[in-house]
Amino acid sequence: MLFRCENDQPLLRAENLEKRYKRADALDSKEEVAALSEVSFSIFPRTTLALVGESGSGKSTLALCLACLERPTSGNIWFGEREVTALNEKELRAIRPQIQLVFQDPASSLNPGWTALEIVSEPLLVQQRLGKQARRAKAHALLEQVGIPAEKASKRPGIFSGGQRQRLAIARALALEPKVLILDEALSALDCSVQAQIVNLLLELQTSLGLTYLFISHDFAMAAHLSDQIAVMHQGRIVETGSVETVVHAPKHTVTQRLITAAMGSPALPYPPKVA
Amino acid sequence: MRYTFRRMIQAAILLFGASVLTFLFSALAPGNYFDEMRLNPQISPETIISLRGQYHLDRPLPVRYVQWVNSLIHGEMGFSFAYNSPVGPLLWVRARNTLILTLTATLIAWAIALPLGIWSAATAGRWPDRVLSWATASFLVLPDLLLALCLLILAVRSGWFPTGGLVSTGFETLLPFGKFRDIVMHLTLPVTALVLSSLPILIRHVRAAIGEVLGAPFLRAAEGHGIPRRRLLYRYALRAAANPLISLFGFSIGALLSGSFLVEVVMSWPGLGPLMLEAILARDLYVVIGGVLLSTLFLVGGNFIADMMLYWADPRIRTEAATQ
Repeated sequence: MLFRCENDQPLLRAENLEKRYKRADALDSKEEVAALSEVSFSIFPRTTLALVGESGSGKSTLALCLACLERPTSGNIWFGEREVTALNEKELRAIRPQIQLVFQDPASSLNPGWTALEIVSEPLLVQQRLGKQARRAKAHALLEQVGIPAEKASKRPGIFSGGQRQRLAIARALALEPKVLILDEALSALDCSVQAQIVNLLLELQTSLGLTYLFISHDFAMAAHLSDQIAVMHQGRIVETGSVETVVHAPKHTVTQRLITAAMGSPALPYPPKVA
Repeated sequence: MRYTFRRMIQAAILLFGASVLTFLFSALAPGNYFDEMRLNPQISPETIISLRGQYHLDRPLPVRYVQWVNSLIHGEMGFSFAYNSPVGPLLWVRARNTLILTLTATLIAWAIALPLGIWSAATAGRWPDRVLSWATASFLVLPDLLLALCLLILAVRSGWFPTGGLVSTGFETLLPFGKFRDIVMHLTLPVTALVLSSLPILIRHVRAAIGEVLGAPFLRAAEGHGIPRRRLLYRYALRAAANPLISLFGFSIGALLSGSFLVEVVMSWPGLGPLMLEAILARDLYVVIGGVLLSTLFLVGGNFIADMMLYWADPRIRTEAATQ
C-alpha cells in the first residue's frame, strides 16, 4: 500500500470552508441554511481520504465545492499550489478536468441517449484533446481498463447492470487523466459482491495511475477498508479526523461511535484496515 | 421504417373514426340550415322539401356519408348551403390565411420561448428567473380576448397598424416588396396577440423541462469535464430535455388551425375562425364537418411529426422500435 511521505505537499487542501444556501421552502425568507461550516482538511497525493457522515451532513456539498462545481460562500481551497477559490469561471473550467467526480446513482449519472463509447469519449471531445482516431482508441482503452467487454462499447447505459454502469462512470472520470477522483457514495447503490469488485478496481487503478481519492460514504466499514485517513462529518462540520486506526479504535466523538456501531454492529472490524 | 408505417396506419384509422363521429354528431344536433327558411312565410314548405332533397339531406346517414367521402375524393368535401359552392376551395383559402397567421406566431413564440425558458432555468431562484416567472404568470392569467382587445385599442389610437383583414384595398397595385410589407403590417397585431397568449405556457414548459435535467449528475459530470456553460445548456441540457418539448411542439402544430379562432374573430382576420363561427350558427353542415376534420388532420399530423422527431432525436426510441 501507499504511504505518504512527510515532506509531501497536500494535493487538495480546504481551509475554513463555509457554504450557505437560502431556504428553498420559504418564498421571501432571508433565512439561510449552513451546509458546511469551518471545514478544513488536506488530502495528500496518492492517498485516500474518506469522508464519513450521515445523509444530510454536507458530504455531497463538499464534494461539489472541491470539484469546482459550486463556489463556497467563504473559505479557501487549494489544488496543489493554486488557490481555486480565487479563480474566475474560465480558469475554473481549465482546473475541473483535474478533479473528477463519480456519483452515487450510476443510472442518472450517464447520459441515457449515448453509447458507452460516446460517454467515455465525451470528456475528450469537450477538451478537444485528441484527433478522431486517437479519441476512439483511447475510449476503447478506457473501457478495457475498467473491465467493460469490447462488444458492449456500442450499447447504451440502459442495458448495463449497476456495476457496469459504475465502471463506465469511472472510465469517463478517468478519460481526462485527473489527479483526484471524488467518489461521492459511488458504491452505495451497488450490492455487496459488486461493491467488492468495484473496490478492487479502484485500488488497482490507484496503484497503477497514482490517483488520489476522496471517498465519500455513510458506510464506515467500507471507508475504513479503502482509506488512509478518515474525516467524520456531522451537520456541516468535520467533528473528527485522523488515520484509520486511531479513528476506528479510539473514536472520540459520539457521532463517530454511532457510525461505527451502525456499520459493524459492534466496534469490531469486518474488513482489515488498509494501513496495517 | 416499419415504425413510420405503423404510425401512418394508426393516423389513417384515427381520421376515419373522427370523420364518422363528426358526421354522426352533426346529424344528432338539432336543427338544420333550412329551418330558418321555414320561418319565412314567403318560402313554401314544398320548396324547402325540394331543397332538402336537392342537397340529399333526406337520405339516410350512411348514404350521405358515402356521398361525402366520394366528394372528398374529388376535393369538394360536400357543399356549402350558405356560400352555394363546394366546401373544399372555400376551406382551403381560409385555412391558408389561418396558417399564415399561426405558423408565423408559432415560430416566433418558440424562438422566444426556448432561450428565455433556458435562461430562466439556468438562473433559477435568482432575479432573471423571478422576473420571468412573474411576467409569465401575469400573462397567463390575462384572457386572450382582453389581450386582443387591448392591442386593437392600441392600434386604433396610434394608427400605426391596420385593424383587420389580410391585405389593404389596392393590394394588387403594390410592388412585390410593398405587398410583403402590407401583409406583415396586417399580420403584426394578430401575431402579437397569439404569441403573447402562448408564450407564457411555452416558457414555463421549457423552464420545467430544462430545470429537471439541469441537476442530473450526467450534466454535472459534463460540467466537471470543463464544458462551457452555454454549450452545456444548449447542447446537452436542451437535448436531454427535448422529449417533452417535442411532444409540446407537435401539440402546437395540432393547434395551428384551431388555436387562433378567437383572435381571428376579434381582429377580423379572414381565416377559418370567422368562417366556422358563421357556419356553426347557420348549421352550414358540410362546412362545419370540413373544418372539424381539417383540425383533426392537423392534430393527427402534428402528433405524427412529433413522433417522427422523437424517433430522430432519441436513440432509445429508435432501439425500442427496432426490437419490436
